[in-house]
Amino acid sequence: MSNEKTLKTWWKSGSPWVWLNAAAVTLSMIAVIGLLALIAVRGLAHFWAPDVYEFRYEEADGEIVTLYGSIRDTEQVTAARLRQAGMQLDDVESEFVDRHLIKMGNRDQLGSDFRFIVEPRIIERSTPTDIVMVERTEWGDQTGFLREVLENSEVIARGAEAWPEFEQRIARVVELREKINELESDEIGAINYTLEQLRLEERHLELEGELTDARLAELESRRAELDERYQLLLQDLNALYEKINRDSYVMEVQGGIDVELPLARVVRAYQPNAMGFFGKLGFWFEKLWEFVSEEPREANTEGGVFPAIFGTVVMVMLMSVFVTPFGVIAAVYLKEYARQGAVTRIIRIAVNNLAGVPSIVYGVFGLGFFVYFLGGNIDQLFYPEASPSPVFGTPGLLWSSLTLALLTLPVVIVATEEGLSRIPRSLREGSYALGATKAETLWRTVLPMASPAMMTGLILAVARAAGEVAPLMLVGVVKLAPSLPIDGNAPFVHLDRKFMHLGFHIYDVGFQSPNVEAARPLVYATALLLVAIIIILNLAAVRIRNRLREKYRALEN
Amino acid sequence: MKSAADSLAATDARRRLRTLKDLVIRHGVTVGGIGVIVAIVLIFFYLLLVVLPLFEPAEMHLATDYALPTDDARTVHLSTEEQAEIAARYLANGELVFFRTADGEPVARENLLPGGARVSAAGISDLAGDGVVLGLNDGRILPTRVEYAISYPDNQRHLEPGIVYPLGSDPIVVDAQGRAIIAVSGRINDNAARFVSVLEDGDVVLTEVALETHFLSGETTIAEATNQSLDVRVGRNELPAFVLMDPLQEWIYLVAESGDAAVLRREAGEFVINERLRLVENGRRVTALRFLTGGISLLVGTDRGRILQWFPVRDDNNDYRLQQIRSFEGPDSPVTDIASEHRRKGFLVGHANGVLGVHYTTSERTLIERKIADAPLARIAISPRANSFLVATADNRMQLWSIDNDHPEISWSALWGKVWYESYPEPEYIWQSSSASSDFEPKFSLAPLSFGTLKAAFYAMLVAMPLAIMGAIFTAYFMTPSLRTMVKPTVEIMEALPTVILGFLAGLWLAPLMEQSLAAIFLLLLLLPIGILATGFAWSRLPSSVRHIVPAGWEPVLLVLPILLVGWLCFAMNGWVENTFFNGNLPQWISNELGIGYDQRNALVVGVAMGFAVIPNIFSIAEDAVFGVPRHLSDGSLALGATPWQTLVRVVLPTASPGIFSGVMIGFGRAVGETMIVLMATGNTPIMDMNIFEGMRTLSANIAVEMGESELGSSHYRVLFLAALVLFLFTFLFNTAAEVIRQRLRRKYSAI
Repeated sequence: MSNEKTLKTWWKSGSPWVWLNAAAVTLSMIAVIGLLALIAVRGLAHFWAPDVYEFRYEEADGEIVTLYGSIRDTEQVTAARLRQAGMQLDDVESEFVDRHLIKMGNRDQLGSDFRFIVEPRIIERSTPTDIVMVERTEWGDQTGFLREVLENSEVIARGAEAWPEFEQRIARVVELREKINELESDEIGAINYTLEQLRLEERHLELEGELTDARLAELESRRAELDERYQLLLQDLNALYEKINRDSYVMEVQGGIDVELPLARVVRAYQPNAMGFFGKLGFWFEKLWEFVSEEPREANTEGGVFPAIFGTVVMVMLMSVFVTPFGVIAAVYLKEYARQGAVTRIIRIAVNNLAGVPSIVYGVFGLGFFVYFLGGNIDQLFYPEASPSPVFGTPGLLWSSLTLALLTLPVVIVATEEGLSRIPRSLREGSYALGATKAETLWRTVLPMASPAMMTGLILAVARAAGEVAPLMLVGVVKLAPSLPIDGNAPFVHLDRKFMHLGFHIYDVGFQSPNVEAARPLVYATALLLVAIIIILNLAAVRIRNRLREKYRALEN
Repeated sequence: MKSAADSLAATDARRRLRTLKDLVIRHGVTVGGIGVIVAIVLIFFYLLLVVLPLFEPAEMHLATDYALPTDDARTVHLSTEEQAEIAARYLANGELVFFRTADGEPVARENLLPGGARVSAAGISDLAGDGVVLGLNDGRILPTRVEYAISYPDNQRHLEPGIVYPLGSDPIVVDAQGRAIIAVSGRINDNAARFVSVLEDGDVVLTEVALETHFLSGETTIAEATNQSLDVRVGRNELPAFVLMDPLQEWIYLVAESGDAAVLRREAGEFVINERLRLVENGRRVTALRFLTGGISLLVGTDRGRILQWFPVRDDNNDYRLQQIRSFEGPDSPVTDIASEHRRKGFLVGHANGVLGVHYTTSERTLIERKIADAPLARIAISPRANSFLVATADNRMQLWSIDNDHPEISWSALWGKVWYESYPEPEYIWQSSSASSDFEPKFSLAPLSFGTLKAAFYAMLVAMPLAIMGAIFTAYFMTPSLRTMVKPTVEIMEALPTVILGFLAGLWLAPLMEQSLAAIFLLLLLLPIGILATGFAWSRLPSSVRHIVPAGWEPVLLVLPILLVGWLCFAMNGWVENTFFNGNLPQWISNELGIGYDQRNALVVGVAMGFAVIPNIFSIAEDAVFGVPRHLSDGSLALGATPWQTLVRVVLPTASPGIFSGVMIGFGRAVGETMIVLMATGNTPIMDMNIFEGMRTLSANIAVEMGESELGSSHYRVLFLAALVLFLFTFLFNTAAEVIRQRLRRKYSAI
């Protein structure tokens, strides 16, 4: 048998098609797993402290400069592309060039944190152990060598002694900053909130025509009291500010320039090249913790995503409160009470298909109906004193969760109905035979048995809601919410507030940020967090559903 | 005994309570269930409710109708203030009367011409219509402007009308011989004013006034005024009865009653004839000429009641030529006056038989045509807010009307057809909803958005369909069960991935990667199938002892390494291929050598990303359909000696094809409505081009981008709702069709 003939028979047997079909599965699986791996690797790498190099680099014009930076990305590009981009590469002979993206920091000095360098022009690279990275509250990271630490403009430590002194004083600054934050956002924030409430109360009384002198005096006295407390807090605050502004430090940054900055701006400082593996691991966990527990800094490109996590969770929980009872009632009605026929079939198809209606359509509906129509009317009826600023007549938490409840309603209805239809008739008949009414059968037998199905539906709904962004952009999500939707001020849950959301955070930081390059790792980390939440929720739903099926199989036998 | 009776009564009571409970729950659940279903239906009706006003006709109501004082001279110009409480009437005897529109009661009266000259012509000299230049019967012109000072004494809105002379209260001499002016037009800018006057014997005079603005007080003074006779002939020496000058003082249109027109254009400081043409058909006469707001389009009213819209269009030689764009049929009665809306491209037309027409240019809509008087409608003034208008009839009566005309710019043709917008060389499909300038013509064509939607969905399906369907076939028919239990949850996770993450990866990772390695992507398309087939063939040639280690149904696992290898190879060869064939940069080569535009965020990126998002939808349904084909069908075929592949193609697929088709439809529905991926992975430019290397803007992304900044209740807002409604209906119909097909299939399977 010649090879050619085997090929022909192999071709005729249809095996090539089988292999191609198999390849489609493989490709899809590689795509999914690759995508998850990509997000995971890039997201987790964000928290790692890479080595920082000192490059001696020859610029295109022949000038030799010293650059401090960590390599963030390396790619091989054709020399032609670089030439077309206007880069001088006459002395480079090879057709391919390795191009590195390095993060230099020092945006305040250099104008941008990142730049590209090409491998052939690097003359020398080294990793000095005393290179320092400073994370700051503004202008991003600073890279350089620590020269001096100053207290009230007097040099305390210099050279090698500076680092331990520096670390010690940063710890103090961090502590002070925490106190300041507490004062500013918690205590002074609460006073401001109360003052605003007082203003609204006064306006309300005025509108009702009940603003008597006695009432006014009472309001005034409460206001004076708050003012007094505010003055006291302000004094504390000023004292703290004085303390935090005591120290400063001098860094030698790229270009050999000495820069003096107040220590109050430092968030964290480390010497990446001096850290061993375990040092870096510790640092990794520290950064990870910061990511999930802190508020964002610098237009969301640094710091954590805690408000986004919090906002997502609160919104999803509120949504569950709306969607569960309504979804279950609708399913019970469709399955148990409605007369089965053409009408229920049509309703079922319609409900099923609503799950396929684009989410943005729900957003448009939510904006028009909930925000403008319902919210506008609520404002007119109940909050005339707040006019012209809207309370509920503007996108917010309540409308977002209602919109998403509507969006996920079909998921819950379908899942619950499926659960109800899986319950064997014999169980119901047994209950009736014992004299139970329909309601009792439902309450005591059917619903408890169907509860895992409802749970599955709810989990799927939550997973969908957590990842949905398009409708939320219209009905309540913002890039930076000044306060959380739940806080210490009565009534504690503020349904009218706008909130932050993980999915929107990804869109916003990745696409609307002024410094996309700096924000990109953070976006990967946020994406990883969101994917993790959603996969866990989905796997939980799958697990519950499978267990449920086993259970009924056992019942049927 | 007593206790037994008691307990019997108690049981009875309890039973009644239980029945009651049962009843309450029954009704409660019914009401609740129906309520939820109604709420869902509400979405559709609410969207419809918001959209419907777009297509409602305009309405107008007569507010008052009163006679004007009989001793008054002829009205030469009429205008109203912002809310149409007070109007200004210029009379032929040089008087300016401010009067309350509600009852005609004069509030102020001013004599502009104490010298005793009479007004023989009036021309509008600013966009708002408050500035009027009067042409006098003694060869002079007087630019004027009315102003309304608003004050709020005692919280009451109070208007104090007044007259301003932008160039001084003395008329400017245009003709030293004192010939009467029969038509005048002009514009006043910050540093120059130009007027063009037609004298009674047909001579045309251009008056140029250089202005100096004092840098502290802001007062303007005349630096120099010159008159220059323009040597221009209209038709065969006809009298140019109408003259217009555009706001930039660059164009002069002289039109005779016969319709013959001369167009002058300012070039290097001199007005020269740009073209001569005829604006109406032979035998028709021009009876009115006005600018549409913005001063670009001419509205020409004829003696048969037609109104023609003309504007300059660049021709092939890059010269501007007037072009008739569209026309509006009116009643067969001469047009007496045309009043343009101040902030939109609509206008009102008065006819000699007392009919009033309300038209809109962009949408080519005639919103109202109604007879409101028996006498000719001499003058019409529309309020700046376009919610009321005044009509002065020839029998010396005044009518005040309110008009409800919120969305004239929307019509079927404006939404879906090609529209010839002002300053465009030809009719086009354009979406451009807002702009910085106030006299902007909104362009609400849904065509480019729908096109973009379908384009994105098309490329997504191109990627998703083969992968999903083939994958589903293999998983359902060939795969070993143990592998299948791993593949299915993975696909479910794929389905659950938030699209914002796919969009972000597409925009920030895939798009730059593709630009960098475009050659590798095309190589992959070529080499991957070859590699797969080669692997398959090689496997079949292996000794059976090796082959039996991996049983049939595990092929996907065998293919992992070869596919990764081919992928790596392609990317490794990328640079070499680019250097060898494409001058080292494929995207640039495509745009330079092939002349195809290349954007970084293009349809290919969207296709891959959205294809990824759609694969699981198609996969699950197609897999169900193939898996659900009763075993005895394929067993029968196999028993008759067919190979598994033959069985699949001849027996299984024909049975399952409706299910696969329904999966494709659902996938398509999802691709059409997907928002975040297209929002993030394209440049969102509303272009109509199938080019795979350029982007698009879809209906859904457009809503996401623009909804936040559209004003509640505006046409823009409602058009966005319309876009949402279109999406809703489209996906709903598609999904319903798919669902019906699936249900039928299910019944068929159970019947077999």
